Amino acid sequence: MKRRTLLASAAMGLMLASGAFAQGMDKVKACFVYVGPIGDGGWTYQHHQGALAVQEAYGDKVEIQYQENVPEGADAERVLTQMALGGCNIIFTTSFGYMDPTNAVAAKFPDVKFEHATGFKREYPNVSTYNARFYEGRAVQGHIAGKMTKSNKIGYIGSFPIPEVIMGINSYYLHAKKANPNVELSVVWAFTWFDPAKEADAAKALIDQGVDVIASHTDSTAPLAEAAKTNGAVIGFGQASDMAEYKDGPRVSSIIDNWAPYYVKRVGALLDGTYAQQDAWEGIAGGEVEIGEITDKVPAEVKAEAEALRDSIAAGTYHPFTGPINKQDGSPWLAEGATAPDGDLLGMNFFVEGIVGDIPQ
Amino acid sequence: MDIGGINPVILIATLMASAVPILMAALGETVVERAGVLNLGVEGMMVIGALGGFVVAVHTGSPVLGFIGGAVCGAALSLIFAALTQIFLANQVATGLALTLFGLGVSSLGGQGYNGIKPPPTGQLLPDFLADLPVVGPIVFGHDWMVYFSILMTAVLWWVLKSTRIGLIIRAVGESHEAAHALGYKVNRIRLMCIAFGGAMAGIGGAYVSLARVPQWVDGITAGAGWIALAIVVFASWKPWRVLIGAYLFGGITVLQLNLQVAGSGIPVEYLSMAPYLITILVLVIMSAGRRGKANGAPASLGQNFHASR
Repeated sequence: MKRRTLLASAAMGLMLASGAFAQGMDKVKACFVYVGPIGDGGWTYQHHQGALAVQEAYGDKVEIQYQENVPEGADAERVLTQMALGGCNIIFTTSFGYMDPTNAVAAKFPDVKFEHATGFKREYPNVSTYNARFYEGRAVQGHIAGKMTKSNKIGYIGSFPIPEVIMGINSYYLHAKKANPNVELSVVWAFTWFDPAKEADAAKALIDQGVDVIASHTDSTAPLAEAAKTNGAVIGFGQASDMAEYKDGPRVSSIIDNWAPYYVKRVGALLDGTYAQQDAWEGIAGGEVEIGEITDKVPAEVKAEAEALRDSIAAGTYHPFTGPINKQDGSPWLAEGATAPDGDLLGMNFFVEGIVGDIPQ
Repeated sequence: MDIGGINPVILIATLMASAVPILMAALGETVVERAGVLNLGVEGMMVIGALGGFVVAVHTGSPVLGFIGGAVCGAALSLIFAALTQIFLANQVATGLALTLFGLGVSSLGGQGYNGIKPPPTGQLLPDFLADLPVVGPIVFGHDWMVYFSILMTAVLWWVLKSTRIGLIIRAVGESHEAAHALGYKVNRIRLMCIAFGGAMAGIGGAYVSLARVPQWVDGITAGAGWIALAIVVFASWKPWRVLIGAYLFGGITVLQLNLQVAGSGIPVEYLSMAPYLITILVLVIMSAGRRGKANGAPASLGQNFHASR
């Protein structure tokens, strides 16, 4: 009984608090759910930087709460429920695996705003999704990889076989191939977002088999640390964060996720009453995807090409998925000159022609 | 030389290094459990050792001191467990789990500011001309000293537990603490020392992750290795050499499955990913099923607290 009363009163409180929605709010409690630790130096670190930017932008008007290392699945639902009951006005869930828990909890708390990163389900009016066009950055990395490899073997450490990751692999491969027709891509699935030892093992397996350029789609800096052991024979890229500490080592460039503008904008919208459900997907042009400094290890000419590629993507004159592109089985996907519709990308479950190996189902 | 695109020599050399953290932690836990104490805090002690080792190595510039630092930190944390379970007679399972959570939290707090720093390298022990020999070079001579140390510890623990007076006392305490007490052994003091030893070993294992295998510090760097170590102890029937086999199997298949993926073996990745867990358990279960009853050998007093008044 007591518990029910508690829940009811909490819900009442939320309803009262939300009465002010249309006119904006005086104070917003913004909550963040992280899949890894904020000290991972990659994905979660960048989300936390975004959260800190929100705090800085609005000062007293915003209260930040966050929880690290929240497993994807049932635990996430528990954490989200606690946050919603604890008075959070807007909750950012920052990993793909929180998609169903986010929607499930959103159904129970219609007055709390939910923002799910990298997902595609918006089952309730209070769920928005946001993502960044990382594949644009992967195109630039792919070009550098194709030009830089000496063994013509490049590698990619994948986390989970979800559209987000597959998109990145395809973009990376297409542009490596364009830069160097002889290139071969090896993909290793780590089946984890964050496990430094396993990520290092995956990088080691790639290196042992002659790969000399490694891109990763996991959250820690371990693949770069492994590449650093080869004394310059193997290069890699910073993932999610700049990973600048490996600049004098294997890191030749990076993709930086810059969530700060989005978080500041959304919390601001909640404060001034202009908040509305949306599906945001910004890329290099919108400032959400940044290309980290390309180091001197890359010849000036390749660097210039990579930067030109970046700028043409930012200007909208070039789309990384421009036909003709065939699927892995040889069936046509994009016709000559056609660009990939966003729907195709968000549901991408196939490799493009030329990549060896199957996507785990 | 290559089999299915994989070079077995490099594979074996890699697995020996990648098994060290689990092996060290599991060996320590073997001694702890042989003394009748179930310490589920291995993961916590490993991660504290990983941080402690990293911090010491970064500040002193010496990886050897780093490993010692890791051992000290692991042992210090385990003494909390020892105090709670041996002096205050707290439940071992609950205390062990709490120790893991505590260790992860403390290491996360203490590790602030150490992200992105590179530790001094733990180099190869033997000169290059030995390591460059074909086949035996990478497998036998090409490792850092911790790999040899872990194998040495396996042999030492096997010998101590099997053939020495100390081993006999530890086993007596673990099999029947009342009988050991009646013989005049200080049960709780012996257990306390075993727990500290286990903590030190787990700490070294953790330090190997942050100093040699990954080498860097990030929160939660051990990522569950402590739990694997615990499982291996049980499936290895509390025997040091079997612990070594278990750790090498697990490490080996983990490395192998990644290599198979790179080589494009065509085996579905899902099966490869679960293979390390499945095969390790399977092999060790089959090994201990051979001699029914006797080989199952869980210490009879495992997980029970002792107080002289009982």
